[in-house]
Order: sequence, then C-alpha cells, then structure tokens
Amino acid sequence: MNEARDKGMTLIVKTVTRLTLGFILLYGIYIAMSGHESPGGGFAGGVIIALSLVHVMLAFGKEVALKRLHSYTVRIFVSLAALTFLYIAVVSFDGGCVPVKSFFGSIKPCEIFNNELTIPFCEMVLVGGVLYAIFIALVLLSKTDKDSE
Amino acid sequence: MTVYIMCLALFSVGLYCVLRKRNLIKIIIGIGIMEYAANLFFVLVGYRAQGRAPIYAHDQVIEKMVDPLPQAVVLTSIVIALAVTLLLVTIAMRIYEKYGTFDITKIDKLKG
Amino acid sequence: MALLPYVVAIPLGAAFLILLVGRRFKASSGVIAVSAVFCVTTLSLRIASMVATGKILCFKMGNWQPPFGIPLVADGLSALMLVIASVVGLLVTIYSVGYIRVYTDRWKYYALMMLMIAGINGVLLTGDIFNLFVCLEIASIATYALVAYGLEDESLEASFKYAVMSSVGSCFILLGIAFLYSFTSTLNMADMASTLVSHRTDKVVYFVSALFMMGFGLKAALVPFHAWLPYAHSASPSPVSAMLSGVSIKVLGIYAIARIFYNVIGITPAVQSVIITFAVLSMITGAVLAFGQKDIKRVFAYSSISQIGFIALGLGISTPLGLTGAIFYLLNHSLFKSLLFLGAGSMERITGTRDLSKMRNVIESSPLTGYATLIGALSISGIPPFGGFWGKLLIIFSCLQAGRPVLAIVAVGVSALTIAYYFKALVPALFGNDAAFRVAGIGGKRITFAMAAPMAVLAVLTAVAGLILLPGTANTLLKGSVAVLSSGIGYAESIFGAIR
Repeated sequence: MNEARDKGMTLIVKTVTRLTLGFILLYGIYIAMSGHESPGGGFAGGVIIALSLVHVMLAFGKEVALKRLHSYTVRIFVSLAALTFLYIAVVSFDGGCVPVKSFFGSIKPCEIFNNELTIPFCEMVLVGGVLYAIFIALVLLSKTDKDSE
Repeated sequence: MTVYIMCLALFSVGLYCVLRKRNLIKIIIGIGIMEYAANLFFVLVGYRAQGRAPIYAHDQVIEKMVDPLPQAVVLTSIVIALAVTLLLVTIAMRIYEKYGTFDITKIDKLKG
Repeated sequence: MALLPYVVAIPLGAAFLILLVGRRFKASSGVIAVSAVFCVTTLSLRIASMVATGKILCFKMGNWQPPFGIPLVADGLSALMLVIASVVGLLVTIYSVGYIRVYTDRWKYYALMMLMIAGINGVLLTGDIFNLFVCLEIASIATYALVAYGLEDESLEASFKYAVMSSVGSCFILLGIAFLYSFTSTLNMADMASTLVSHRTDKVVYFVSALFMMGFGLKAALVPFHAWLPYAHSASPSPVSAMLSGVSIKVLGIYAIARIFYNVIGITPAVQSVIITFAVLSMITGAVLAFGQKDIKRVFAYSSISQIGFIALGLGISTPLGLTGAIFYLLNHSLFKSLLFLGAGSMERITGTRDLSKMRNVIESSPLTGYATLIGALSISGIPPFGGFWGKLLIIFSCLQAGRPVLAIVAVGVSALTIAYYFKALVPALFGNDAAFRVAGIGGKRITFAMAAPMAVLAVLTAVAGLILLPGTANTLLKGSVAVLSSGIGYAESIFGAIR
C-alpha cells in the first residue's frame, strides 16, 4: 500500500480523479449517444472516454492503471468493435434487411441495428480503445518514467 | 474573402515549417498546421450567410443551414490527420532512442 | 452488383481479425492473410471477366442515389488495374510468409499488409473523389508503418522522411479537393466531370490542376517529387518494397492522375506538356542516378523512377497508341518490378548482403532465384520477346506518331541506359563465381518454398506478358481501359447511364 501511495501524482490529484472518473465516463457516453441532436457523435464520445482512462494512468501511475484494465482487454474491445462496425457495413450492402433464419424464428439483421445506439456505441469503443492503446504504447516506450526509478 | 486568404497563409506557414526547421518535433507540428489549415478551409467553404448548425431535429426546417457535407468530410479528415500525427510521433520517439538526437541533419545514415 | 464492396471489405475484415487473434495463435495470421487475398483475387478476376464484355459495374453504397451517395464503379481501367493489384498482392503475401519468419510480431505485418491492400482496392473502385482521398490515406499510412517494420535505424529514418513527404503531398490533395468542391459543389467524380465541361479554362481549374499534380506526383514518385522513393525502398523489407513499387506508386499515383486528369478535369495541351516534362525528367534522372548505386535495392528504386517516367510519357501523349503503350507497360512493370524486388530479397538471404560489390554466386547457389531475376532484368531492359520490349516499342512509336521525334530519341536513349545499368549491376552478382565471397552457413537452402513459388510464377507471367497484345480476353480488357481514358469527359455519361 505504501508503494501505491508513492507512485503517480500527489494525493489531491488522486482523490479528485477517483471522484470525477465516473462523471467523465458518463459524460462521454452521453455525448456519444446524443450525436444526432446536438454536436457530438461517436468520435467525440470516444475521445472523452479515452481521456478518462488517460487521466487514471497519469494520476495513479502505469502499473495500477494497467492492472485494472489490462492492455490485452483493450485490444479485444477494439478488435470486436471494429469487426462489428465492418459487419454493420457489410449487412447494409444488400439494402440491409435480408431475413436470417435462426433458432428464434427469422430475424432481420437490420432490425438489431435499427436504433440510434449501435453505431455510436461501436465508434465510442473503437476510438476510445485506440487512443488509449496508443497512449499505453507511448508510455511503455518512454524511459523517463518516474515509476521506473 | 480575407478568411480564405488567411487560411492559405496558415497553410504556407505550415509548409515553411516543414521545409526549414531542423527539429523533428517542429516538423511534425508543421505538418499538423498544414492539415489544420486544409481542414479549416474546407469547413469555411461550406458557410452560408446567417446559417446555423446543420442538425436535423424533429421540429426544424431545413432552410438556413450551413452546408453539412464539408463538416462530415472534415470529421473524417481530422481522424486521418490524427493517425498520421500519432505514427510520426511514435517514429520520432524511436529515432531519438536510436540516434540520440532530434536534429534531422544529423540523422543521415542512408546516403546516395 | 454486390461483388464490388467485398473487394474492400474482405481485406479490412481480415486485418481486424488478425488484430484479434494474431497474437495468441501465431500461425493463424499468415493463413488468414493469404486466404483473404486469395478471395480478393478470385473476386477481381470475376469482376474483370464481367467488365470485359463491355458493361460498367456500379454499386451504390447504402442504396443512396448518386450524386448524394458514394458509388463504387468498375469500368475498364479499374478492372484491369484491380486484377494486377490483386495478383501481385497475392504473390507478395505468399512470399512474405517465407521472408518475414525472421522478424518478431508477425501479426502486425500481416494486419498492415491487409490494410494496405484494402486501401489500394478502395482507390481503384471508388467513384467519389473524397473516398479516393480516404482510401489513399489508409494505404499510405499502412505503408509508413510497413517501411518502419524492421525497427532498425535505417528503417525508422526512411519511414520518417517518407511519411513527412507523403503527408505534405496529401495536404496538397486535400486542399485541391476543397477548391474543387467549392467550385462544383459536389464530390462525385462523374457529376464533377459534367459540371466542369463548360468551365475548363477558369483559373480555379488551373490552380487545382497544379495542386493535384504536386500531390499525386509525389505519390507516383515523379521527378521533382521523387526524393522519398530510394529511402523507402532500400530500408524496408523486400515484400514491402515489391508492393510499394509494383502496386502502390502506380495505383495511388498514376491511376489517380489518369482518372482525375482524363476523366474529371479533362486533358488540355497545358496539362499534357506538364506531364511530359515531368516524365522526361523522371526518365533521365532515374537512369543517370542508378549508375552509381552500390545497394541493389537502390538501383531498383531509381529504375522504378525511370520506368514510371516512361508510363507518364505514354500518358502525356494522349493518343490511343500512347495510352495503350502506357497501360500495357504499367501492367508489365508491376509484374517484373515486383519480381525483381522479390529476387533482391532472396539474393540478400542467399548472400547475406545487399552490397553489389560483395554479391556473387547467386545462380550457383539457387538457380531459381538467379534465372527469375534474370528474366525480370531482361524484360525491364526491353529485350524481345519479353513484354517490356513491346511496351517500350508502343510508347516510342506513339511519340513518333504524335509528331515529337525528340521524345522518341530520349526514350530510346533511356532504354539503352537501362540495359547498361542492369547489366552492370546484375551480371557480376548472378554469373560471377568467386569463392572468396562465399559466406559459411548460408546459401541456397535459405530460400523456402513460400519464397520460391511466387518468384517462379512471376517469372512465367513476365515471360508471357507479351502475349496480352494478341487478340483475346486480356486484349479486350486492355482496349476497354484505353477506351475509358480516351473518352475523357464521356466517362460522366457512361457512369450515369450505368447507374440508372
């Protein structure tokens, strides 16, 4: 517990981060979801979510942040979001509504996506994940990190 | 009219920065300025007099909106510029590890 | 026609899939990559066979009517170049399976290669000018990362310089697109063509032509925008150089220039003279600078600059014979330049060095590599009956036919220089038998089947490429692509006819 206290930034920054982290994440999701009524959309939401994760890494140091959200998890999220995005695009090639016979009767793929939430959600996860992954890469790359001393 | 000329002047400033500066990071900033100026020019092309944000909510009429196409285009273009900048910064960091300097006139192992 | 978008979607999906599973299951990334490119090649051959009957395939993305949506269009020129890009991509990917076994993190290489192929197919098939820019950037960014793949000093330096120069070119292209949008208020290429018919001599069009010439000329490595090419080629892994020089500079550069200047803006004598000037400068500069190089890949890089000058010369003299020569030579150059770069990579594996003064005994160690490289060199030098001879002959005849004998003399002179530096570079390496240069522990055993098979296939294709000029399906496709370019602004009407 003592080493966790010495790494990262001062106690004030850590407390403030702990308190506001949930609000920043919620704000990012809100901006992503309300993209069709006011300026925003998936990309801006993704940037804000990435910023919240970057905030955690800056305030607490890279070991604590990476233990909570492993970089492998981030990569899986990003790949799945990208593949879902591509699937939505491919599904829309034939007009979008080719019925698919499944166990629950025949469903139409476009019905799943016929809301305003799926595409911004994918964009949000994708962009947030990518920006955070790049930040991880740059942090792991630099040698002038205070934690390594 | 002056707005467009100032956009092109910003583009020229970025181009000068890429051509004449010797520090790697300043070259990357120059490329950022150039891409920013090109995107800004594209958005300003879409301005209509007394227009407002082109968001089609349920009770609005479509008249008097600025052109939405440049805005969609510039969103894509900003993401592309972001990707290029990230790649350049990562390469610059690795170059600093290998060569020990940021000066581009000293990074010169490939000759001919 | 839902075939067209799958050509872009399959490599993209493969890239994301490799990103997901490539690190855990190490052998899967190569398998996914090769199968994806194989599917793309099959699709592109099917598209080409449909286009060769004279139709234009058109696919509206998301069912939006143009000019509001993005159409994917496959006409004669796109289909022919799609086949070339896919075949070369398939052979280079198979070669990479053998070549990059010595590198770590192989899944990153395959993912980037898939992104590059997706971007190149996107550039070829799109009918919308901003979609062209986006796919061009996807392919270019993948190339920046691929050039830096080995993470050695030279690779990083080369990648940085290439990325900076290429980004400057992209900014010029973006500025040109902005001006063109403000002038025609549409981004669809066919719509733009029909709007620009009456405005061809306005000053905006001249300015936009200059910007596009700078931007796409940088992607095509025309002189004076060629400075990035020797860096990027000599410091990158061999399959990446083969892909760059065999596909990328042609698609992202020459195809884009041809599409925009022939079909959208319309070719005028001013544009023609500019293209011819750049072409002549490229031919001479590339040939002269290739003499003093000691690194085999730099010789091939400067030779690329010179041959792209030939292709641009044929494009600049816009008679049908010149266009046929240009497109036929482009096809040939893809085949034999990628063969030469793959051969250079194999020679580097066999002899352990890229320095020409130390490279010997190649045919003795591995006859396949030696003879394949020899066939490539003979074809590019213009020795009959290989395809390069017929291409150069067509271009030289078109110069004479257009009434410019000086250009023909320059082309003949540069061809002679090409023969000279290829023989100076390759004859000691291939045929010289010198035991002093034999390095212990390496030799012909280094060439695996994955590396040897693509070289053999490319050598066979190079040798028979001259037969395309005989009447047949391939000749129909070639004539179709020339017809697309020479119809100029008529592209707009044919696209609108195909959409409805």
